[in-house]
Amino acid sequence: MTSFQRILAYTVRHLYLYKRSMPRLMEVFYWPVLDLLVWGFVTVYLSRQSGAVPQFVTFFLGALILWDILFRSQQGISVSFLEDVWSRNLLNIFVSPMSATEYVLSLLFLSIIKLLLTSTVMVTLALLLYRFNIFEIGLALVPLVLNLVVMGWAVGIVTTALILRFGQEAEVLAWGVALLFQPVSAVFYPVAVLPWFLKAVAQFVPAAHVFEGMRIVIEGGAFPARELAWAAGLNVLYIIFSVFFFYWNFKVVKEKGLLAKVGE
Amino acid sequence: MKSIVEVRELSKVFNRFKKAVDGISFDMFEGEILGLIGPNGAGKTTTLQMLLGLTTPTGGQIRIFGLDIKTGREEILRQVNFSSSYISLPYSLTVEENLIVFSRLYGVKKYRERITELLRTFEIEEIRHTPTRRLSSGQITRVCLCKALLNSPRVLFLDEPTASLDPDIADKTRHLLKKIRGEQGLSILYTSHNMKEMEEMCDRVIFMDKGRIIAMGDPASIMREWKGRTLEEVFLKIARPGE
Repeated sequence: MTSFQRILAYTVRHLYLYKRSMPRLMEVFYWPVLDLLVWGFVTVYLSRQSGAVPQFVTFFLGALILWDILFRSQQGISVSFLEDVWSRNLLNIFVSPMSATEYVLSLLFLSIIKLLLTSTVMVTLALLLYRFNIFEIGLALVPLVLNLVVMGWAVGIVTTALILRFGQEAEVLAWGVALLFQPVSAVFYPVAVLPWFLKAVAQFVPAAHVFEGMRIVIEGGAFPARELAWAAGLNVLYIIFSVFFFYWNFKVVKEKGLLAKVGE
Repeated sequence: MKSIVEVRELSKVFNRFKKAVDGISFDMFEGEILGLIGPNGAGKTTTLQMLLGLTTPTGGQIRIFGLDIKTGREEILRQVNFSSSYISLPYSLTVEENLIVFSRLYGVKKYRERITELLRTFEIEEIRHTPTRRLSSGQITRVCLCKALLNSPRVLFLDEPTASLDPDIADKTRHLLKKIRGEQGLSILYTSHNMKEMEEMCDRVIFMDKGRIIAMGDPASIMREWKGRTLEEVFLKIARPGE
């Protein structure tokens, strides 16, 4: 039986960490804010040049904030797991009554908390510095964000399973794997500009449909139902796959006696 | 005496051919301190990991409190605990914060009182609000032991618990563990490479070598059987069979 108390206990462990650790707080706030400042001002500059794309600032800043949602939801899972590896605490967790399911649910819960903190700061800064209000996207923002969060979770769970299986050698995946999807997610440009083979790949990336949907809404188009349906359908498949992949790896790790060696 | 841990024909084969544990059977009784001894690669750690549900056995059965580890994992782990000198606790959290987290993971009621009691028992009350990263290895070991006793376990698995302690603290820790065992009827499975410590601590010891049990019994009878004056001599006879 899943215990909410254990999920909460594990969440509290991470909240304590963020309360005291400046580097951890920087991970949540520093990079997103820096991204927003640098790329925000670049965007403002480019939008003032002759021949700039109409609504350039809206496209770019909207994409920047939404991409960060995907990236942070993935990192919220992978980096929280790595915290236990770095502090040699993983065995303490897995010899406690906490189950693998509770552990994964805790990571998802943590990812939401981190995401809310980062997004609040980014959305507020974008409003203050660039008068960009992401909520102008309207109701479509809710399914757009949800799809990005679920894709981030799927990538994060797969990454965590790989680190569990291959140890700290696979740690680099926690930082880089989401970026692997960025070119085919068509974050800052439409899918149409991609070469044919990348267009084919983009069809299977939920984020590509989300960003296409975002552009449709910003251009004043209708609710992007088709794009959102594609993104949601793919996400359902990927999240199911990621959970199965995690459990399969967890089983293999226990069979190979590797659980005690993660972090060595 | 009532058997609290029953191990039957337990085996573990890695990579199809490497037998780490080869069909061992033993019981651990209520209130007993049972030592697991053997040279490196004897299969002690693998056995311990299988008892804690961290490694899946290839064959055999483990029953703790009459429950099968495969099906009764949560119920078993709620009543046991583990400490090792090779694991640690999150460095950025204070001692108290770490112990609060684990109290809640184990569902300990009135955990603040329990934490105070344990810190007092291990004479580390003064580091209650100190971040774990500022502790000495000896202090971390004692905090880990506090963590291991938070849920008042019925069985405690200790992997070289005194390895990083100075002789004074190591001696105090051994006395404390024996005292707690006496007061609470706690059963302890103990591994250590310090044979003198094993002689002092254990009611019975299991000697393992190449995944098998070579000898099992109280330290005195094992020393008689293997014609050694100390467990260390017996250990060397087992580790160096040709000499």
